[in-house]
Amino acid sequence: MFEYVWLIPLFPLIGFAINGLLGKKIKNEKIIGGLGTVMVVCSFIVSALILLQLLGLPGEERHFEKTLFTWIQSGNFKADIGFLIDPLSVIMLMVVTGVGSLIHLYSIGYMHGEEGFYRYFAYLNLFTFSMLLLVLGNNLLLMFVGWEGVGLCSYLLIGYYFHKKSAGDAGKKAFVVNRIGDFGFLLGIFTLFWYFGTKFNVWTINFHELALQSHLLSTEATFGVITLVTLFFFIGATGKSAQIPLYTWLPDAMEGPTPVSALIHAATMVTAGVYMIARMNFLYIKAPQTLMVVAIVGAATAIFAATIGTAQNDIKRVLAYSTVSQLGYMFLAMGVGAFTAGIFHLMTHAFFKACLFLGSGSVIHGMHYALHHADHHEHCAHAADVDPQDMRNMGGLRKQMPWTFLTFLLATIAIAGIPGFAGFFSKDEILWQAFANPLHGDLNYVLWGLGAVAAGLTAFYMFRLVFMTFFGESRLIPEAKKHLHESHIVIVLPLVVLAILSVVGGWIGLPKLIGERLGNIPNYFEHFLEPVFANGHVAAAEGAHLSATLEWGLMGTSVLIAVVGISIAYALYIIAPTVPARFVARFPRLYQLVYNKWYVDEIYDFLFVNPCKAFGNFLWKGFDVVVVDGLVNGTAFVVKNTGGGMRYLQTGLVHNYAMTMVLGVVVIVGVYIFR
Amino acid sequence: MDLLMPVVNFGAIMPELILSVVAMVLLLVNVFLKTEQKAYLGYLSLLGIGYSLYVVMTAWGTPQTGFSGSVLQDNFALFFKGIFLVGAALTVLIADQYVRREECNYGELYPLILFATVGMMLMASGTDLMTIFLGLEVLSVSLYVLAGFNRKNLKSNEAGLKYFLLGAFSTGFLLYGMALTFGATGTTRIAEIAKVAAASSAVVQNPLFLVGMLLMAVGFSFKIAAAPFHMWTPDVYEGAPTPITAFMSAGPKAAGFAAFIRVLMVALPTLKADWTDLLWILAVLTMTIGNLIALNQDNIKRMLAYSSIAHAGYALVGFTAGNSIGTAGILFYMLTYTFMNIGAFAIIILVGKKGEPNNNVSDYAGFGFKHPVLALVMTIFLFSLAGIPPMAGFMGKFYLFSGAVKAGYVWLAIIGVLNSAASVYYYLRVMVFMYMKDPTEQFDWVKMTVPVFITLIICVVGVLGAGIWPAYLLGLAQNAMPF
Amino acid sequence: MIAIHHYLILSAILFAIGTVGVLVRKNAIVIFMCIELMLNAVNLTFIALSNHLGKLDGQIFVFFVMTVAAAEAAVGLALMIAFFNNKESIEVEDFNLMKQ
Repeated sequence: MFEYVWLIPLFPLIGFAINGLLGKKIKNEKIIGGLGTVMVVCSFIVSALILLQLLGLPGEERHFEKTLFTWIQSGNFKADIGFLIDPLSVIMLMVVTGVGSLIHLYSIGYMHGEEGFYRYFAYLNLFTFSMLLLVLGNNLLLMFVGWEGVGLCSYLLIGYYFHKKSAGDAGKKAFVVNRIGDFGFLLGIFTLFWYFGTKFNVWTINFHELALQSHLLSTEATFGVITLVTLFFFIGATGKSAQIPLYTWLPDAMEGPTPVSALIHAATMVTAGVYMIARMNFLYIKAPQTLMVVAIVGAATAIFAATIGTAQNDIKRVLAYSTVSQLGYMFLAMGVGAFTAGIFHLMTHAFFKACLFLGSGSVIHGMHYALHHADHHEHCAHAADVDPQDMRNMGGLRKQMPWTFLTFLLATIAIAGIPGFAGFFSKDEILWQAFANPLHGDLNYVLWGLGAVAAGLTAFYMFRLVFMTFFGESRLIPEAKKHLHESHIVIVLPLVVLAILSVVGGWIGLPKLIGERLGNIPNYFEHFLEPVFANGHVAAAEGAHLSATLEWGLMGTSVLIAVVGISIAYALYIIAPTVPARFVARFPRLYQLVYNKWYVDEIYDFLFVNPCKAFGNFLWKGFDVVVVDGLVNGTAFVVKNTGGGMRYLQTGLVHNYAMTMVLGVVVIVGVYIFR
Repeated sequence: MDLLMPVVNFGAIMPELILSVVAMVLLLVNVFLKTEQKAYLGYLSLLGIGYSLYVVMTAWGTPQTGFSGSVLQDNFALFFKGIFLVGAALTVLIADQYVRREECNYGELYPLILFATVGMMLMASGTDLMTIFLGLEVLSVSLYVLAGFNRKNLKSNEAGLKYFLLGAFSTGFLLYGMALTFGATGTTRIAEIAKVAAASSAVVQNPLFLVGMLLMAVGFSFKIAAAPFHMWTPDVYEGAPTPITAFMSAGPKAAGFAAFIRVLMVALPTLKADWTDLLWILAVLTMTIGNLIALNQDNIKRMLAYSSIAHAGYALVGFTAGNSIGTAGILFYMLTYTFMNIGAFAIIILVGKKGEPNNNVSDYAGFGFKHPVLALVMTIFLFSLAGIPPMAGFMGKFYLFSGAVKAGYVWLAIIGVLNSAASVYYYLRVMVFMYMKDPTEQFDWVKMTVPVFITLIICVVGVLGAGIWPAYLLGLAQNAMPF
Repeated sequence: MIAIHHYLILSAILFAIGTVGVLVRKNAIVIFMCIELMLNAVNLTFIALSNHLGKLDGQIFVFFVMTVAAAEAAVGLALMIAFFNNKESIEVEDFNLMKQ
């Protein structure tokens, strides 16, 4: 089956081509949506077959590369169009195609009747293709192709509702911020290639070859080239995966359709940065300083985004900040060398966050439908002004939307870290590794502390969301309320599947401690990934000398924190719903600060965006008009006074150009003669 | 004094000869054709170009010298001749629709394009400063006329005149540089200049030699529109008839590079340290100025003009690197740039109305909904220009920058990458209008004709083919770099 | 005794005068004449050097330069006439349709 790996990206590409070129003519939504979905499902089937075959092999043989052809060959530089199969890429494949199939299916229901339905599915298929390329590429350059591709699709899909100015702006913002990250990524590739080549005469950008040669590198105690390279790559990762300081685009990206938020901005694309670092683990482990930066940025993002999440009222924005925060956990895991734990969290997060987003989509869809009917059939004047995404307009929805409620609740329990659910295992593993690993000295306790507090905040704002949306009395206008009902089966089905995965998905990666108690169940996930992180596990294994009591203790603490978070949410939003309002009234400044996302966007505008715009304007108007004309006029002034007779000197446009040329000649010749 | 009969070898200029003969025949035929029949001249010139291209292809790998060594048709020249011929053919294909619409269907268009192509080919294969100068002038004089070809249109007039005055002005510098080089070495043969300079350090230290090199560099910089000698480009590109703008941005620029490379690398390797510094500065200035001003442009032709300045800057990065991959990268880039740029201009011609009042980026609002396939094709070209994989433009930039990195010019490569990152903004702006704005127009006047269709097919295949399987073309380009 | 450098200096001065003329004159025809002056300065350089070095290449070059200058003059004047027909002026300040 390995030989047919190229089929995996091919299917969505075919879907893109057909829907993109002919979709406008086909018109039939069932055909368009069905085609798009079936193509991804086909990829999923091939991926599953590859996974099965991979499982049948002994651990050290789980590596296969399929090279289609040599893409670029020049001198000692070579890049193939080639696909890499190993446990890491297969896990990503399963997540991308599995969650992707469900979201494609969901989209058929969610996007029903939208203008440009074909465009949506074409983009979504193109996204899947690019993401698969990113995951499967066996070298840095091919990964970069996918990296750019997913960025582009994300941009197109965020701006899908282009009639709304905010959507266009959000797309633009995402694009610009991502370019900064891409720039870092490219610099990383160049520098790495050049360094390996000139230093060790190893000219390659193939992941496997690089990993094999990584023993040539020594661990850099001080700042060195590998630290620089890894930092460059990390800049790329912060852009794509929305980490401090480049996270600001993700919350705005919620302007896109909700399934897009679920697929691209929660489950797959934003985790590309994590995947990339995991893929390059052999480099990162040689640069402890970079790892420390990664860990600090991850932990800081986790807690920072979580605080913002507590004050948002838009249901999708809460989830967006939650995503940023959870991505922070993954980077924290990467930063402490716990690559397995990070990838594990990536997978479980894909399940429960996709479920949460799709659930919120179901709610929004229902709200939208209800308000629409209130507006048109009941002639309720102000129904059109009600924001269907604002949680202050919801409440009590569990009665009308039982399936959505149930699945949403399960996913929320999973993300809050209640034992037995998927999020618990992965998050707890990360926190334990952050505490126990010896990489960063005493910083560990800080990292663990930040992670634990963020976990408490997560539990709080997620349950706040659930309570405000599904519990209590309905705050929706009565005309609209009677139109609320459960969503269509194609929307509910993916929710159910994802909810089940959010519950049981964590059991393949049981912590050793629990596994031993339950009759020696091994950590399947860790064993499966072992060959990929052969180098990276050094750090993790050494952490094991801490006592089992301590681990139990920490586990208990994090559960306790989660329970406290949930209890506070319960107290504030169910028992005494007036308290939050009073809190806001008591501390208006603090609330405003948090509600306005600590004013980071405004600060960025002030520090970066406005100066750049001004600089561009300066060069356009300033350089041409002021500098060139100024030089010309200045020179004219000098010539007029020295030349005496040439009084009738005038400059037109051609003169300006000729003058610039002459100045260029004079400067060039002058510099060379007199240096 | 001995008089030697010059060794003439017409085989060395066969492609040029064919085109010249065809062009002269066209001039004659033109007299007998009515205005609506002028398209036949186009078909005839395509035949000539095709035959010439065939000769170029069969001559691959067999270098020939002619005219006592003042022309040399080696692989380097042949590769460039291929670029020029492709550029000329694509221009002829897109010209007919435009000249009909703009009512400037004068038959001289086609012979002029052919003569310009002859000039370019002479520049690429000239191994004597004299031949290079002549080629350059044949090209320039034809281009002056072509830029002002739409003689009833004031913008076109102005473009022609501006180009003429500034072009002739820059020729003065180029010639002066050639004269000084001649004075320092006593010869105008490129190979002999190198020999004389290598034999005696007095020649190398002679200031005449250095200044001669600098002035020639200035002259060529004008042709390739390198800053600060770029200022004619936006005006001329905007004012010239659109097919001619497409033509000028592809072939003549490549021709400038061909002569520039040959003169600096073959004749003046002794001054390599000096001209590398100069090229470094020129590259940075050219990329940066081109891109930054392009950011603020509304007219799409003008935007592409600034972008073409920036692209010359990228090519200069490869030139600065001076190694095999960098210089081969230039050849690769020039060829692929021909495809993507002429392709983009073909779309501009299709979208334009008479007099082209709708050349602003905002006039493309909603084009993606009315003509999805054309918009997709435009997107491919714009992506390629922006250097987004897997288009050819990405590969080209990749070669150029990695050449610079390999040669140790890491900072130059970084500036290049930064620039190309910035450039994405203005290419993408067109896409934003095409796909993310409501249509303000019906675009019902956009009619595809067979020649434009063929052009678009060739360009798309070129851009995607060279992007996904670049190895073949790059192999050819590396084969073509003997120095 | 007039040595080679006298010729070179003279031609450099002529070239400079031509350049300055291009920069300061406003009539397109006069500008073109200044360009011709530059080209002739180059011709002078070529001939002087050719004589000095005892090589004919320089003089042959001059023939070509003169031919090319003639061709340029023909094209240039035609362009100016076309422009004049439309705008009734050949002052370079009136070439102002396209800028920035």
